Amino acid sequence: MSETLSKTVLIAGGGICFCLLPWAAVLWGEHYLISLFTRILIYALAAVSLDLLIGYGGLISLGHAAFVGIGGYVTAIFFHHSFAGEPLAGLIPGSENALLVWPLAVLAAAGCALLIGSLSLRTSGMHFIMITLAFAQMLYYFAVGLEKYGGDDGLSLYSRNQLAGMDLGSDMQFYFVCLFFLALFLFLADRLVKSRFGLVLRGASSSSRRINALGIPGRNYKLVCFVIGGAGAGLAGALLVNQTEYVSPGLLHWTMSGELMVMVLLGGLGTLFGPVLGAAVYLLLEETLAMYTEHWMVYLGPILIIVVLFAKRGLFGLLTIRE
Amino acid sequence: MILFIEQLLNGLQLGITLFLMSAGLTLVFGIMQVINLAHGSFYMIGAYVGATVAAATGSFLLAVLAALGAAGLAGMVVELVVLRQLYKRDHLDQVLATFGLIFFFNEMTRILWGKQPLFMDMPVWLKGNLELLPGLIYPVYRLAVIVVGIMVALLLWYLFSRTRLGMQIRAGASNRQMVAALGVNIRLLYTLVFGLGTLLAGLAGVMAGPIFAVESGMGESILILTFVVIVIGGIGSVRGAVIGALLVGLVDTLGRAFLPTLFRTFLSSATADSAGASLASMSIYILMAAVLIWKPRGLFPSHQ
Repeated sequence: MSETLSKTVLIAGGGICFCLLPWAAVLWGEHYLISLFTRILIYALAAVSLDLLIGYGGLISLGHAAFVGIGGYVTAIFFHHSFAGEPLAGLIPGSENALLVWPLAVLAAAGCALLIGSLSLRTSGMHFIMITLAFAQMLYYFAVGLEKYGGDDGLSLYSRNQLAGMDLGSDMQFYFVCLFFLALFLFLADRLVKSRFGLVLRGASSSSRRINALGIPGRNYKLVCFVIGGAGAGLAGALLVNQTEYVSPGLLHWTMSGELMVMVLLGGLGTLFGPVLGAAVYLLLEETLAMYTEHWMVYLGPILIIVVLFAKRGLFGLLTIRE
Repeated sequence: MILFIEQLLNGLQLGITLFLMSAGLTLVFGIMQVINLAHGSFYMIGAYVGATVAAATGSFLLAVLAALGAAGLAGMVVELVVLRQLYKRDHLDQVLATFGLIFFFNEMTRILWGKQPLFMDMPVWLKGNLELLPGLIYPVYRLAVIVVGIMVALLLWYLFSRTRLGMQIRAGASNRQMVAALGVNIRLLYTLVFGLGTLLAGLAGVMAGPIFAVESGMGESILILTFVVIVIGGIGSVRGAVIGALLVGLVDTLGRAFLPTLFRTFLSSATADSAGASLASMSIYILMAAVLIWKPRGLFPSHQ
């Protein structure tokens, strides 16, 4: 089987599985599978957005959780004000309308990504990793300091957002909303990386000097990539808060950034579809190990190291690329 | 004024702890070009081993020695088993593998010592307070931490600028191949440098033991402060680590102590406290951003 064919088969097969899964879960009577896989879809969205940064822009960001957190907090804060019937800062009324709040969450995350990106992109390599981490940690402490919104303990919502014509409170319908957004983001990202933009981006990540010599401002392309990645993570944050009906600073914690990075690498760097697989495998592995032992992290750590050392191309590469 | 000097000393003490952490890590970054997220784990190992030995033997000196040995040894084993495979890999692989190490070490301490934090007693001979100035009473233990830190800094300076080993380490940082070609065992040198770095982290951990609770995951919060120090000071520069650590220690401590009071002059007290506290915990990151805009490679970039 040729490489592109096996890739197409894998993606199509995965897509069909994700579409059929909730019905199968209902049939088996295992309803918790729906919420588990909703979580997988949302983490996959965040991981794909990170893959755009790492795999295509060469931007090893260890602060991606910040954008997930911003998306989440925007959603939660609007919900909180709508629920309490008290306008935000005395001016802006809260809202539970998904069509209004989710775009706002995405915009806020993208705006922060623009700010953090333009500062962080002044550096590269090891500096970039540590700086993105530090900025994310700064936002984490900012979230901890939000006494009005629960501070350290976080904020509970009492239901999910409203979406016209749908009942997001139903796990089944919410699952398909998440699936839709993941598919949409994958489609857009796939178009993006195959466009001229994607070509320049990859050029800039492998040799920024050459791209600059061609008269193309490589850094601006990287910044746009950083912002798009941040926007995707913001959407994931909005969805995640809706799923759990809860937001806390933990969403912005740096271990979250690390886990997203693990998902990207596990699935396959620079493959877009790989991170979906990575997210599924990581979360299922976590779930399974946690069933057997409370100390699952002691196994997960070495597994991670082994994957890094020996399975460079990730699972997606393992499944599609023939030597 | 007394309060200010007291906070200044507290800031100095945090700065010293950060220096012990960042001196080793900045060398690992600068010389081996490896990004190591697991450095905080050796801080944690130092603290746990120190607390255990102190509880068992009652001797603080033995505890410090055991902590140094354990952290240094664990560091060298990690270098041999994991890090050595990563020198030629890109930064992403290094981040992920060392992230896996954190998972492993955090959970391992939970298995060995349980979930409850340990508390480490202060040695009797360092208990008590000293009157530095009329009205300024300061704990002896914290003064001892500051003195030990200054001694370590001097020792490192001597090691790097006056000994053969230090010269080889500096040479290894600027040109690995050339040093290896001249017959220096660069692999052994790397193991030693890594072990030295983790030993210093262990020292920082055991000295922090009597001040903070010893618990799993304690290394991560200090690790991120260490990163900020290294970014401010410049990767690979011990001098940068000294300056960066003192800056971060002072800004963080003084911010926490005085920002809420400052805010109270123009805000209601409840708002001022929360705004001041949250700005204080963000202050070092703002400092870092400012340094970055001014000098993207840090205050003392190493020549590369």
